[in-house]
Amino acid sequence: MTMRPITFFRAGSIDDAVAAVSANPDSAFLAGGTTEIDLLRLGVIQPTLLVDVNELPLTYLEDTESGGVRIGAMARMSDVARAPRIVERYPGMSQALLLGASEQLRNMASMGGNMCQRTRCAYFRDGRSPCNKREPGSGCSALNGVNRGHAILGTSDQCIATHPSDVAVALVALDATVRTMGPDGIRTIPIEQFFLRPEDTPSVEHPLEHGELIVAIDVPDLPVARASRYVKHRDRASYEFALVSVFSAMRVDDKGNVAELRLALGGVGTVPWRAHRAEEALIGRPATPENFAAAADAELADADTRPMNAFKVTFAKRAIVRELSQVVTS
Amino acid sequence: MAINQSTAPAVTGVRGPEREPVTLDVNGSTFPIELEPRVSLLDALREHLDLTGTKKGCDQGTCGACTVWVDGRRVLSCLTLAMSCEGHQVSTIEGIAQDGELHPMQQAFVDHDAFQCGYCTPGQIMSAIALLREGNATTDADIAEHMSGNICRCQAYPNIHAAIREVRDADDGG
Ligand SMILES: Cc1cc2nc3c(=O)[nH]c(=O)nc-3n(C[C@H](O)[C@H](O)[C@H](O)COP(=O)(O)OP(=O)(O)OC[C@H]3O[C@@H](n4cnc5c(N)ncnc54)[C@H](O)[C@@H]3O)c2cc1C
Ligand code: SF4
Ligand code: FES
Ligand code: FES
Repeated sequence: MTMRPITFFRAGSIDDAVAAVSANPDSAFLAGGTTEIDLLRLGVIQPTLLVDVNELPLTYLEDTESGGVRIGAMARMSDVARAPRIVERYPGMSQALLLGASEQLRNMASMGGNMCQRTRCAYFRDGRSPCNKREPGSGCSALNGVNRGHAILGTSDQCIATHPSDVAVALVALDATVRTMGPDGIRTIPIEQFFLRPEDTPSVEHPLEHGELIVAIDVPDLPVARASRYVKHRDRASYEFALVSVFSAMRVDDKGNVAELRLALGGVGTVPWRAHRAEEALIGRPATPENFAAAADAELADADTRPMNAFKVTFAKRAIVRELSQVVTS
Repeated sequence: MAINQSTAPAVTGVRGPEREPVTLDVNGSTFPIELEPRVSLLDALREHLDLTGTKKGCDQGTCGACTVWVDGRRVLSCLTLAMSCEGHQVSTIEGIAQDGELHPMQQAFVDHDAFQCGYCTPGQIMSAIALLREGNATTDADIAEHMSGNICRCQAYPNIHAAIREVRDADDGG
């Protein structure tokens, strides 16, 4: 498929990048291009100007004063996944990165771009089916269409598209912060607020102004994350998006009670899904399979299913119970 | 368009949508050509530089047939804009044989019959050499996982993996 004509600007500084996109309502940042070029060629998005941010000095990983890690927005997935400070302090995040896409894509894809990747909903991607996310008000073809891969949590009657990112699941569990630079300067956004549920405006996915550039992601110091894990269940063993994935970081005290827990799910939510209810149900309680199952029930209680994706409820519950049980025995 | 160009380095200003002069560094040679910004690295190689060894399978990042190296890292040329490669070194399958001798990975693919139709092969070989350089090919499971971005419609996987193991285990390390 031939791409529509575009113009191209290689930004030499963060200020240039922000100024260039802010000045043109039909422009977009170009990072690794693994979402942007794909959707441009498919005709799903129509920017007329791409502002290349690949030369910006945002590929660093560094320790923050409070003991966490700051990850530059242009750091590539493959580099972040193998950075010793990530592997040691947040192994579940490293695993989430390595279980995403392929090595070629991970070498291209940036952390900032990963946060902004678009859904893999086939109706969104085909460029012509009714789709409220692509064309507000046109309807949602997935509601009564092929929706086996679609979300069961955080849905609305306007959109049930699954958020596809793996590493974002780890980041919501870790309470990361997104740092941005916009025309009005730097601001920070707690990561759970960075992903907007579809509600009545599925085309609006993030609280970013046009031209606001993600410059870094801050991951706080979190000792329990040193034992974090990520498991991804999918149709193929590799190079496939999740049907259900689980990020967990749990500490059980010497009485056998859950002292700390971070739990998040991929593949089931319209946003990377922090399992707050399950966390609340378990903290301070005995770390037993029965309690894990009750917590999983609580998390999935409001699941909004359709015949094709109803299996994800049982699937997600079993995935949670199995994962937490393995943490206890390991 | 009000764009502040003051601090942009080597390349300044908005380019396109018409053809623009672009300098690409491919396999150690410099090619001054003219391209529209929308042209992918894959199309630039195939249509403008007549380097047709790199193949187009899906054109959407799902098959790996278009795998090349940019600054030594394996990437997908179908999702890369040629213009964004200015100032970077591109390597393709045409550039890996040395002094008329096949690269050990190419030779191993021949010896192990690691292809049938051959369409995925240039991408497989570019990926396989990069994999050994990355150092993540210790077990068969490692090889399968880190080669998963290269699909082979003919299912030559067992022979592809055998070729990779042979080069990995060769004394000179390939
Ligand atoms: C075949 C395939 C399989 C994949 N499988 C997985 C998977 O299993 N798991 C997974 O997590 N992901 C997967 N991905 C998605 C991939 O991880 C994302 O496409 C990638 O992370 C996007 O990053 P990028 O740098 O390429 O962004 P781009 O494509 O360059 O940009 C994506 C979007 O973000 C915007 N943007 C980019 N950088 C910034 C910034 N710094 N600030 C503000 N906006 C920005 C762009 O304007 C664009 O809208 C897959 C992709 C493909 C093609
Ligand atoms: S689920 Fe969302 S993205 Fe998919 S067709 Fe419906 S509105 Fe579009
Ligand atoms: S042609 Fe690039 S991945 Fe298929
Ligand atoms: S040899 Fe035919 S696709 Fe791999």
